[in-house]
Order: sequence, then C-alpha cells, then structure tokens
Amino acid sequence: MQDRNRDTNKSINLNSIRKNINFSSFTSALMAILLGLIFGFFVMLFAKPSSALEGFQLIAIGGFRRLGDVFYFATPILMTGLSVGFAFKMGLFNIGASGQYTIGMFFALMVGFNLDLPGGLHWIVGVLAGMIGGMIWGFIPGIFKAMLNVNEVITSIMFNYIGMYLVDMWIRNSSVMYNSNMTRTNYLPPSAQIPSLGFTGTNVNYGIVLAILIGILLYIILQKTTFGYELKATGYNKHAAEYAGMKGKTNIIITMMIAGALSGLGGAFAILAPSGIFGSSMTYEPVNIIAANGFNGIAVALLGNSHPIGIIFSALFISHLQRGGTLSALVGYKPEIIDVVIAIIIYFSAFAMIMNAAIGRFIKKRIKKEDTDIIEDETEEMDTIDASNNNSKEAE
Amino acid sequence: MEKYIIEMINITKVFPGIIANDNITLRLKKGEIHALLGENGAGKSTLMSVLFGLYQPDGGEIRKNGELVQINNPNDANDLGIGMVHQHFKLVEIFTVLENIILGVEPNKMGFLQKKEAREKVLKLSEKYGLRVDPDALIEDITVGMQQRVEILKMLYRDNEILIFDEPTAVLTPQEINELLQTMRGFANEGKSILFITHKLNEIMAVADRCTVLRKGKFIGTVDVKDTTKEELSRMMVGRDVSFKVEKKESKPEDVVLSIRNLSVPSKIHKKDAVRDVSFDIRRGEIVCIAGIDGNGQTELVGAITGLEKPSTGSISINGKDITRAPIRRRSIEGISHIPEDRHKHGLVLDYKLEENLVLQRYWQPEFQNKGFIKFDAVRKYANKLIDKFDIRSGQGPITIARSMSGGNQQKAIIAREIDKNHDLLIAVQPTRGLDVGAIEYVHKQLVETRDAGKGVLLVSFELDEVMDVSDRILVMYEGEIVGDLDPKKITVQELGLYMSGAKRDLVKEINDAG
Repeated sequence: MQDRNRDTNKSINLNSIRKNINFSSFTSALMAILLGLIFGFFVMLFAKPSSALEGFQLIAIGGFRRLGDVFYFATPILMTGLSVGFAFKMGLFNIGASGQYTIGMFFALMVGFNLDLPGGLHWIVGVLAGMIGGMIWGFIPGIFKAMLNVNEVITSIMFNYIGMYLVDMWIRNSSVMYNSNMTRTNYLPPSAQIPSLGFTGTNVNYGIVLAILIGILLYIILQKTTFGYELKATGYNKHAAEYAGMKGKTNIIITMMIAGALSGLGGAFAILAPSGIFGSSMTYEPVNIIAANGFNGIAVALLGNSHPIGIIFSALFISHLQRGGTLSALVGYKPEIIDVVIAIIIYFSAFAMIMNAAIGRFIKKRIKKEDTDIIEDETEEMDTIDASNNNSKEAE
Repeated sequence: MEKYIIEMINITKVFPGIIANDNITLRLKKGEIHALLGENGAGKSTLMSVLFGLYQPDGGEIRKNGELVQINNPNDANDLGIGMVHQHFKLVEIFTVLENIILGVEPNKMGFLQKKEAREKVLKLSEKYGLRVDPDALIEDITVGMQQRVEILKMLYRDNEILIFDEPTAVLTPQEINELLQTMRGFANEGKSILFITHKLNEIMAVADRCTVLRKGKFIGTVDVKDTTKEELSRMMVGRDVSFKVEKKESKPEDVVLSIRNLSVPSKIHKKDAVRDVSFDIRRGEIVCIAGIDGNGQTELVGAITGLEKPSTGSISINGKDITRAPIRRRSIEGISHIPEDRHKHGLVLDYKLEENLVLQRYWQPEFQNKGFIKFDAVRKYANKLIDKFDIRSGQGPITIARSMSGGNQQKAIIAREIDKNHDLLIAVQPTRGLDVGAIEYVHKQLVETRDAGKGVLLVSFELDEVMDVSDRILVMYEGEIVGDLDPKKITVQELGLYMSGAKRDLVKEINDAG
C-alpha cells in the first residue's frame, strides 16, 4: 500500500499545488486587488474623466515616491491587522482593535509625558506600556466571553467607545499632555520618541521594524508551538478541541490578551513616532472619533487571510494605496477616493472562496488533460482515489 | 422480453474529476422489490438522485414502461409516480403529520386549505396498509418509526407506484424493521415497485426479489436473490471475501476498570434527567455494550464519563480514582480513550493534516514537544508508524488534509489514535456508523484485540447485529435507565428488542445494592 501511495503521489503533484491553501488564497487576494483597482479606475473616470488616467497612476505607483511614509503609515494598521487576524485564527472576531489601539496609545503617552527616563529606555518603556494598555482592553472582552459566553463582538464594540471617550476625557483633563491652543496633545520629549530610521522628510522609524518582527514571531507561534496548535484547532473546530482536553476558556482569554496587546502596540508605535519636522512628534487630537486604524486592521487582516506574513504584505500594500490616494489630490481628486478603492478590494476578497474554487477547477481541468495517460495506466489506483474523492464530495 | 416499469440504461454521472456512476444499468420490474447494494461511495445515492431528478446524468437514458422520459426535478419524478423516503427525513418538525403529508400538494378551494378530504384520504391509506399514525400529532413529538410511516404515507398520498427507500432501517428497532419489511412486501404484492437501498445483507435476503450491486461507481451485476447467498453478495460488493462472524475467544474479565455509581446527567433538551441513577462496572478484558434506541441517554452517559457533560449526582471512577469532576485532559491521562459518536464534530479537526490529527490527544507529551515547540519530525515519524500499522489510506500520506479523506479512513485515523494512546478503557460510540462491511470487520477486530490486550471496552451501538456479535455483556438503556444486564449468548434479538422498546425490564438490583 505504501508503494502505491507513493506512485499516486507523483501523479497528483500538480493537484497538491492546487490544494495548497496559501497558494490559492494568495491568488485570490491578487485577483481581489486587480478587480478592486479596475473598479476604482472606473469610479475615478466617472468622477473626473479628464484626469482619471493621471490620478490612477498616482494611486497605483505614487506610493513609491513616498516609501518612508508608506512604511510609517503601515505600522499601526499592520499591528491592528495582526491583532484581528490572530484572534480570528481562534475563531474570535476582535472588532475592538480600535479601543485597544486608543488605550495603548494613551498608556504610551502617559509614560512619554510623566516619566523621566534616559533616551534609550524611555521609548521602550512607552511601547511596553502601550502593550499593557491594549492587553487590558483585550482581556475584558476575553474574560466575558470565556466565563459568561458573552459575544466578543458586542463587548469589544462597546469597549471601543468606552476606551475612546475615556482617553479623550483623560487627555483633555491633563495639563501636561493637552495643549488647548492646538486642541491636540503636546510634542513628546525626544527621549520618548521611537528612533527614526534616518530617512529625511518622513516619519518612518524603528516601529515598522519591530512590527514586522512581531509578525514573524506570531507566525512562529502559530506554526511551531503547542499553543498555536491549540489555538488553530479551537478556531477550526472548538468541539474537537474540547474533546482533546484543550483548555478552551484559558485559551480564549490568552488570545484576546495577545490580540489586545498587538493593537495596543499599534497605538504606541503610531503616537511615539517622531514627526518629519525636526524636534516635533506625532500628536493626538481628542475629537471623540473612534480610531480608524482599528477598522483598517480588519481590512488588512481580511486581505492577508489572517496569515501573519500575509498581513505584513497587505498592510504595506494598503498603506501604499493610501499614500497614492493622498497624492491623487494633486490632480483634483478627494483623498476619499482611495477609501472607495480599498473598500472594493476588501469586498472582492470576501469572495475569495468562490474565486479559489474557480481557479481550482481551472487548474484541475489542465491536470486532467496532462494526466490522461497516467490515469489509463493506473486505472486501479485512480479508482481508489476517485472513490475517496467521491466520498468527500458526498460528505460536503 | 420482460416488461420493465423503470429502466435506467448506461447511466453515467461525472462530477468534476470523479466518475460517480460509470455506465450503470438498472431495470426495475413491476411489482418487485429490487435491492441496490454497495459500499459507501459506490454511487448508490448518486444513481437514485438521478432517478429522482436531483442530478442530470451525463450519459444514458431513463425509460418508463419502455418510453424515454426526461426527469429534470423531483416534481417531474413525482408526476411519473416516483416517490422517495430519504435517509434523513424531509419533514417539517413543527407541522402536524397531516400537514406534512399534504405539503406541496395541498388540496384547496380558491386558496383555502381543504384539510377534511385530505384527512379522510390519509386515514384510509393508513388503515389499508396498517401504517398507524396520528394525523394531528406534531412531527417533533412522535417517534422515528412513526416519522418514517409519515414519509411512506407521503408517497402513497401522491399515488406513487415506484417507491425508493434510502437505507430505511438504520433508525429502527428490530420489531419496527420487521414491520417495515412486511409493509414493503405488501406494497410489492399490490403491484407497486420498490427500490431498496441498503447495505444490510440480511434484509436483502429476507425481502428482495433481485439485487443490483455497485462498486466504486461501476455496475457489478444484477442477481436473483433466491439464487445467491450473503457471502456471494458481499463478495460482489467489496470485491473480496468478508467474514461476518466476529472472531473472538471467551472473555476473561479481570479487575474493575470503570465504576459508575448512581449517576444522573441532566438533559439539554428536556427538564428530566437524560441519565437516571445509573450504576455499573466495566472490567478489564470485557466488551460491555450499551444497547438502546438512539436518544435514550447513551450520549449523555458517555459525555459524563468522558467529561464532555457534567453529571448532576453520582460518581465515576477509573482504576479506583474518582474522576467525577475531573477535566477532560485528566481523564485522558488516567486512561480513557474515546472514539466519539460524531467524528466530524469531535473526532477530527477536519482542516488539519492527518499527522496533526493523529497527535490530537498527545501533542503536549514530551515525546512531541519541547518547551512548547512541537517536534514536527517526531510527529511525522509517529504518523507514518500509525499509517502503516493501521493501514490508513489517503492521497498524500501524513500531510493529507483530514477533510479530503474518505469516511472509513477518517474513522481508522481516530481508532489508530485512540488505541495507540496509553489507555485502560476504550469508549467507542457507534464506531462503525456509515462504514462499509470491510471497514466494519476491521473495527470489530480492533475492539476485540483491545479487549484481549486486557483493557476494558465500552461500546455504544444502535446496530443489533453488532451488539449481539461483539459484546460480552449487554446493558440496555431505556429512557435514561439501565433496564437489563444481559448475556448475548443467552438472549435472542427479539428479546433484546423488547428491552430496547421498554416493553420488558429487569430490576438491575445486584449492582445498585453493591454501590
């Protein structure tokens, strides 16, 4: 039987490529992007036909002119994307990334303004504080879900509001942080700012490096550790996970804490960044709006198929489009046009499953043509496979 | 040339990449019971779906009374007088029996239902064929056997003359099975033609006139049942000889491994306890079978032992250690292995690879992990070992996604994992459900080997043949209580059926007193 297995392995080599999940979700993501861009072009054509081509060019490749900014703006959505994607691997929908992000940002600001630490240490403590803030904000929906089975979507949406209003209130009440003339927070002391990567004229800093490293770390946790094994098993089939004696409740809480910590880090990376203008830093304006970076994280996670490495690329890509969208203002487009294009891309990537199936069928047809001879030679063997395929068909 | 009422000639049905039916010919005579036999995935259901208009064939033709017909959907089939009782009933739970029977062909005047004439017709049919039903009962309140009668009445109400029964006996007690087979015989005598899908050879021998056998989508042959034997049929179906007798020596029970005292488990469906004050012991070296009709507390009992459900009172201990409230992982370490009832819900993570599923109970042991990192080469080696030892077949070996494996091999994977794991008690719930004869033979052999290795086996089964053949001791459950502690060598199937339907009960006193 073993030999037979090996023989058939050869003949279904192409087939295994088709079955490789990463391959097909990659193709479907590309397809979604392509369709999104085409559709976006038509929207631009409709809005202002005369400069559509020029504007579209800016969106598509304009980001390359501002690479530093692309990386800077990718950092927070990469972190919230990782947050959403990580929770999603366990079957939890962390829609509360915004709240965790905001709380993380606030914790980082607290450290930045209130502690007096040496340069190399100050920003690190700030980042860690942001992580802890987000962790707390993820822990609460997690414990509600685990102990009382309260849907995490509801609690985490509510905690978006609670977090945002609390932070806005605390900031306005703090004379250290808040500059009432600018209606924004003050500039952070330089020691609290994450060191710049040294490109002039941009905000890009070590945050993006750390974010990418964290993405790779998550990939290792998910793929190589028993915790990742349990987490994915629970996400795929929580009944089987329970049957195998995995501690579902503890894992829910830990997952939500990690997801919160990731979003919180996003907030810290965003606010502790140096600004492109020398000596100043990023600031926050408490205007009672929920942080968009949290929701963009959902889009990033969807496009990246919740895969940490996929999320790194999708965050960079979406940031690239956003920069291009800002540039398209040069030829008279409102920057909102790019939100339309991104929305369409996400919309299409929701059809990923359908497109996967379509591509799968296409490749399968090709295989069939190429393998006709083999099938004739090995009728008996292929029968076995057919029968098992048939079974799985019926099971579906 | 003989007259055929339905002819399916050279039917071919291709799904993308798979030939489900390859040039199959089936001829149904008027007034006969024609059995359709085949393993899972042999193409029986596909062929019947073609006849019932659910699929369009890619080749071949269907004739009724010699005339070519086109069946595009179930309504066409119904117009041709073809009716079907599906394996999983298609009934509206919150409707009454009568409402279900007339569903789709409601008699009405200007849009107003005319239930009165419908009721008369139903009662007349029910009387004529001895199909007892209460027209005003809700489907959700009646037994499975009565639900099946409703399905049959649905066909009769529509004046169907070609009746398809898809594995109709799987859910019935022996008494009900006998009744059903007699009813089918009655239909045939009256000139109705019956297609009877099954993989139970006894029933074919008992009631069918002819039998068509399919294997792996191909037509193997049509035989007269009176000229053939069970052995011959099974050889046609599987392609090799199959032993029906479970080979086993006399059991030699040793120490008690599982001990249950006064256990009650609440039900999730109703307010009463699903398991009521149950006490029994299982010893090493014996196979104890819990027999009973589905839904009499077996699931909850097993849940309480394995830790998936919480008992309200009573105690459970394994090897003398109390595990009544222990977490599932503890129970597993103490020596419980569990082949779950629903292999897709509990037994496997279908999107995981085969190798990942094979370590589902053991990934945390030092053998497979170091400081939280899984040792993937050890996992691969272990998976290959189990694949060889238990002959688990799959497209790509250890890296096959479990979802893409056949049901029999998925079950083999679970059995391999649970048996190879260190254990003293094996709990197997319906381990052969949905498997073909070859795989059933395999599973039974594994259970007996486990017993002979000095472990206790708790088997829950609804298949009477399995209960009688495999077990060393039978406990019958009825409405949450154990109503009989029987020796399979001393009772008959009929007697067992009486216990299962609650018509007979022993007070299982001795054990209760002992506890």
